[in-house]
Amino acid sequence: MARRVSVQTRIGFTVLAWAVALLLFSPILWTLLTAFKTEAEAIATPPTFFPQNFTLENFEAVQDRSDYIKHAWNSIVVSVGSTLLGLIIAIPAAWSMAFAPSKRTKDILMWMLSTKMMPAVGVLIPIYLIFRDLRLLDTVHGLTLIMTLINLPIIVWMLYTYFKEIPVDILEAARMDGAELWNEIVHVLVPMAVPGIASTLLLNVILAWNEAFWTITLTSGRAGTLTAFISSFSSPQGLFLAKLSAASLLAIAPILLLGWFSQKQLVRGLTFGAVK
Amino acid sequence: MATKQTRALARTMMAPAVIVLFIWMIVPLVMTLWFSFQNYSLINPMMTGFAGWANYVYVIGDPSFTQALVNTLILVGGVLIITIVGGTFLALLLDQPIWGQGILRILVISPFFVMPPVAALIWKNGFMHPGYGMLGHLWKFFGLQPVDWFNQYPLFSVIVIVAWQWLPFATLILLTALQSLSEEQREAAEMDGANAANRFRYIILPHMARAITIVVLIQTIFLLGIFAEIRVTTGGGPGYASTNIAFLVFRTGILSNDIGAGSAGGVVAVIIANIVAIFLMRAVGKNLDA
Amino acid sequence: MGSITLEHVNKSFGEVQVIPDISLDIKDGEFVVFVGPSGCGKSTLLRLIAGLEDTTSGIIKLDGQDVTDAAPAKRGLAMVFQSYALYPHMSVRDNIAFPLKMAKLPPEVIAQKVDYAARTLNLASYLDRRPRALSGGQRQRVAIGRAIVREPKAFLFDEPLSNLDAALRVNMRLEITELHQQLKTTMIYVTHDQVEAMTMADRIVVLNAGNVEQFGSPLDLYKKPANRFVAGFIGSPKMNFVDGPEAAKHNAHSIGVRPEHFKLSTTEGAWKGTVGVAEQLGSDTFLHVQTDGLGLMTIRTDGDQTFKHGDVVYLTPDATRIYKFDAAGKAI
Repeated sequence: MARRVSVQTRIGFTVLAWAVALLLFSPILWTLLTAFKTEAEAIATPPTFFPQNFTLENFEAVQDRSDYIKHAWNSIVVSVGSTLLGLIIAIPAAWSMAFAPSKRTKDILMWMLSTKMMPAVGVLIPIYLIFRDLRLLDTVHGLTLIMTLINLPIIVWMLYTYFKEIPVDILEAARMDGAELWNEIVHVLVPMAVPGIASTLLLNVILAWNEAFWTITLTSGRAGTLTAFISSFSSPQGLFLAKLSAASLLAIAPILLLGWFSQKQLVRGLTFGAVK
Repeated sequence: MATKQTRALARTMMAPAVIVLFIWMIVPLVMTLWFSFQNYSLINPMMTGFAGWANYVYVIGDPSFTQALVNTLILVGGVLIITIVGGTFLALLLDQPIWGQGILRILVISPFFVMPPVAALIWKNGFMHPGYGMLGHLWKFFGLQPVDWFNQYPLFSVIVIVAWQWLPFATLILLTALQSLSEEQREAAEMDGANAANRFRYIILPHMARAITIVVLIQTIFLLGIFAEIRVTTGGGPGYASTNIAFLVFRTGILSNDIGAGSAGGVVAVIIANIVAIFLMRAVGKNLDA
Repeated sequence: MGSITLEHVNKSFGEVQVIPDISLDIKDGEFVVFVGPSGCGKSTLLRLIAGLEDTTSGIIKLDGQDVTDAAPAKRGLAMVFQSYALYPHMSVRDNIAFPLKMAKLPPEVIAQKVDYAARTLNLASYLDRRPRALSGGQRQRVAIGRAIVREPKAFLFDEPLSNLDAALRVNMRLEITELHQQLKTTMIYVTHDQVEAMTMADRIVVLNAGNVEQFGSPLDLYKKPANRFVAGFIGSPKMNFVDGPEAAKHNAHSIGVRPEHFKLSTTEGAWKGTVGVAEQLGSDTFLHVQTDGLGLMTIRTDGDQTFKHGDVVYLTPDATRIYKFDAAGKAI
């Protein structure tokens, strides 16, 4: 990109872009700064920008009040667990679709995509009742199962688009070299697709982490994830703005970091390979 | 191209994914359909039996349904307009030669990674609260009366929050599409005497048309199911002022324990989503051939 | 041992018949080249033998044993791909060792065989590199190394040299031929390049539209082409063909004369023509001559000839080396 522009133009665009970007980022910045303020300072008029009395007490209070660590652990188990489970089911399926396609492969892919479009409320009630009867309500494994199912189409699709880029020659070479299917997948396909599998893993962990329909409707105290944990802050109780910020920061920080690393994959994953 | 053996293996390998998804799709859907024709309330176990269309009549006939449907359309439409227009603007801006592009991208994309309840709470308490929210302070700074956003403009407030979350998604995808436009094509247009406005109108916009379509369709799928933002901020109120179809089903089925009516609402939601889905599948399907 | 027999092999992809009916008998230790224009089915035929595609009908035998339905892994054949198909995530050593690992040989045996193959192919100093750090020729050698370590019944080469530059191609051609002389294992080699076919093969299978046009030794094909297609395909530059009354003089529907089988004169001869382009290669000169009434002809003459555009020349075909064909294109 060697577009020639004058320095003035460049400065102009830079200032404008930074202004807009900071505006968009301001809610997150506000959360970051308020988390380290005292409750009194958080609601002070006029508001302060940087914390005047830098404090970590909000984080302690959040942990004491609603056990952040337990919820975070649930979030980790559900998001990572469902993604890994999804990968185990999806890798063989994506292998089939990418390397031994049949006339129906495209239809199956589209059908998988269509399950993703079913609105959750359409099936909320039966799932709720089934979970109640199977005693899966408010359990981590129940939630993991649901999360696996809702993200499975995306996992299959992402892997499929990555696998498509691997030359089939190499898999055939492995077959000629005497590799059975298991060896072909474990020793050749998976190592070659590591970047794609990692991106898939990352994006799906993010999606599962932020999923806020099933996590809220199917859990309460025991298996609550961070989305449920945060929702419990929705009813204000006295001075709580700083604590809310601390809790929010704790809930979004890990995924924000992961998200920054996975921008490119995000586009590909969420558009089902339609935009690369 | 593969051998019969490979193809047979392929079917086996695909089976688990296909089977679990099939069950996941069909079982609850059939149950929802079944319940929607039943008298079924968790509060009143005496109410049983075939209900005919009664649940549908009850749900659709209720003024809350009409309002929820209108709210859903306004919510989806409003967010789409803000994110597409804003996203196109931001994508064009970020594509300019500017300093700190990498950091800017990170700042702009960040809201997308904020989980919905957090986004809702930050906006509700940190920005839109009339007492100590940032917008309140800003209004006061200009000598105005702070607005009680969630009481006065509940649906609009929800739209703002959701648009904030989805603007990065639209921006990122439109930016990706924009950057795939070859520099040569742009330069050729410049050589042909097209000014900036013409280049946007005749070169850039047609090139991004497909990406815009995809953004519209994918966002619509997600936006139809907006839930957490409403649950955390307004609870659907005041009254039904900010209740969409998804939240209405939750209210009827889970909060009021009317399984039959809730299911009927669910079926309606599925039908609406399917109409959108057909269009999305066409767009994505076309790309599969390419 | 590695004799390969094809009996009435047919392959169709849906409605499209790629190979209508082929029967071939390849002897143990033979170097057989499948040659033909692109789309003639030569690669498909190789993949059928490899087991990467299955036959629609017909039987494939390895050492007399029916392997038509055996998986590629079970056939004991090795294949070298056009793209080399090296495993990019493995070192050269692991690439070569892979088939042995799959055969579950003990590590010390694997190490020994890999070392031996590496020394044979001059790869010893690259063993710890990744394929991406190698040149095209080295990658090709790794692919061959991976094929030879498992001591297969036969080697299958699918256009292995087409991604290399011209000079390297000549080198590798020699190396593969030498390898064959050393190992004496059956090799089947697919190429569209008739020079490779002529220089490397014991016997050549000329394929056209899925049919075997001729199966014979390189000189057989050159001297006694079975039909007009083989005559035109084998030999470079291509044979010149003449139809009509001039051919009727020889009691044939058409006749063919190779560029090297002309007598050239500036004063008299059978056919008169004008020089169009003269390609001077030093050792040879190829003249493209526009003849009066017989079309464009290519003449091969020695490098000292200095013809220019527009010179008038007379061509006289060597009467003993005129190929005659009937209306169906078959040699008479």
